Amino acid sequence: MADSAPNSADHPPQADQTLDARRLLCPLPILRAEQSLRSLPPGAILAILASDPGIQQDLPAWCQINGHALLALQPQGREWIGWVKKGG
Amino acid sequence: MDNHHTPISALGLLSGGLDSMLAARLLMDQGIHVECVNFHTGFCIQSHTSAIRNPEPGAKPPRHDALHAAQLLGIKLHMVDIAEDYVRIVTDPKHGYGSNLNPCLDCKIFMVRKAWQLKEELGMHFLFTGEVLGQRPMSQRRENLPHIEREAGVEGWLLRPLCAAKLKATEPEKRGWVDRARLKGFHGRGRRAQMELAQQLGLHDYPSPAGGCCFLTDENYSRKLQDLWHSRSERRYTMDDILLLKAGRHLRPAAHFKVIIGRDETENNFLSGFREQRWLLQAQGIPGPVLLVEGTPNEEDLTLACRLTARFGQGRHADVVTIRISHDHQEQLRQVAPLPASAIPDSWYI
Repeated sequence: MADSAPNSADHPPQADQTLDARRLLCPLPILRAEQSLRSLPPGAILAILASDPGIQQDLPAWCQINGHALLALQPQGREWIGWVKKGG
Repeated sequence: MDNHHTPISALGLLSGGLDSMLAARLLMDQGIHVECVNFHTGFCIQSHTSAIRNPEPGAKPPRHDALHAAQLLGIKLHMVDIAEDYVRIVTDPKHGYGSNLNPCLDCKIFMVRKAWQLKEELGMHFLFTGEVLGQRPMSQRRENLPHIEREAGVEGWLLRPLCAAKLKATEPEKRGWVDRARLKGFHGRGRRAQMELAQQLGLHDYPSPAGGCCFLTDENYSRKLQDLWHSRSERRYTMDDILLLKAGRHLRPAAHFKVIIGRDETENNFLSGFREQRWLLQAQGIPGPVLLVEGTPNEEDLTLACRLTARFGQGRHADVVTIRISHDHQEQLRQVAPLPASAIPDSWYI
């Protein structure tokens, strides 16, 4: 399983899977992330690319209520990338 | 499910608005284990408008109300995508539409039925909603409430904590799972009682009750959807269709094609994501909108679309503007004179 320690822009977490949710409006990036996580084991890391600015508030909320860890969430130009470690 | 050794649990339909939050809290305060479900239909207004348009200076990023409400309440939220199944509710509602293309009764019945299925899968005891008697003209009328339960197949098992005192007792109340005396008898369109209860319960961060939650209740949106159906001679839509109806100015110069014009940079970017199977136009070297053409335009139509692109950009007073047309992975340039405002009839605006 990927190591999740460093979270800075220079050392992003190593993702086990990447989800391209750009162009999708919330809550679709979250719904797609939920689908992607289903096939991953606890502890796995999912990277989520999104263009809807709602991801800045929705991803932390979703992680909190579902027991996932949000390792980092960073802007990339007009888009965002978030790394989520699946909870147990 | 009569086993009293199992903690009583309830599944609620959570829009993220104040009413559904209050309903959840009233049950949680009785020691009931509450989880909620939120359905994605594709028509949810939520934060879409602000996600598509340039943000106001200093504005917070948009957020999904139900997620935020679940976070505040500290409960599990099941987010379920019903957009595909929802098409038949929108295109062929058994109980008809409200004042626009909102099939509120059919929608409520459909969601309650779906929620019941999930409740069964989760092994929970009953369903609840944040409905208030008489608050909404279609789905919350007294005569419609029993009808919704009956048609959804959940008669007696749908509790409405905010107005339960004004309704017949439900099974959870009759079985002593829920103390009816601690439920409310709210009714009507006023919001004061709910806001006072929110204050008492310490709920402060909830969305403004003014806005609707569904684009189908919006007159402008409904007109654009109606136009789409009319142009196709049938009631059908794709997810891309309903997203595009949320963005830009829509003009239909002729029955066989229409144009969508971005109104700011964020909207231009949004529209650019939908270029597949459409024509994407933008002025060369002059700031201006992205314009998408949908339908079956001929060369003359594309020239008109170019002139419209020039008209809505900063080159509107120039003699000639060069427009780049992208379609099917190919590009061409066309030089046109901007269309004068007087040549755009009001009837083109959808």
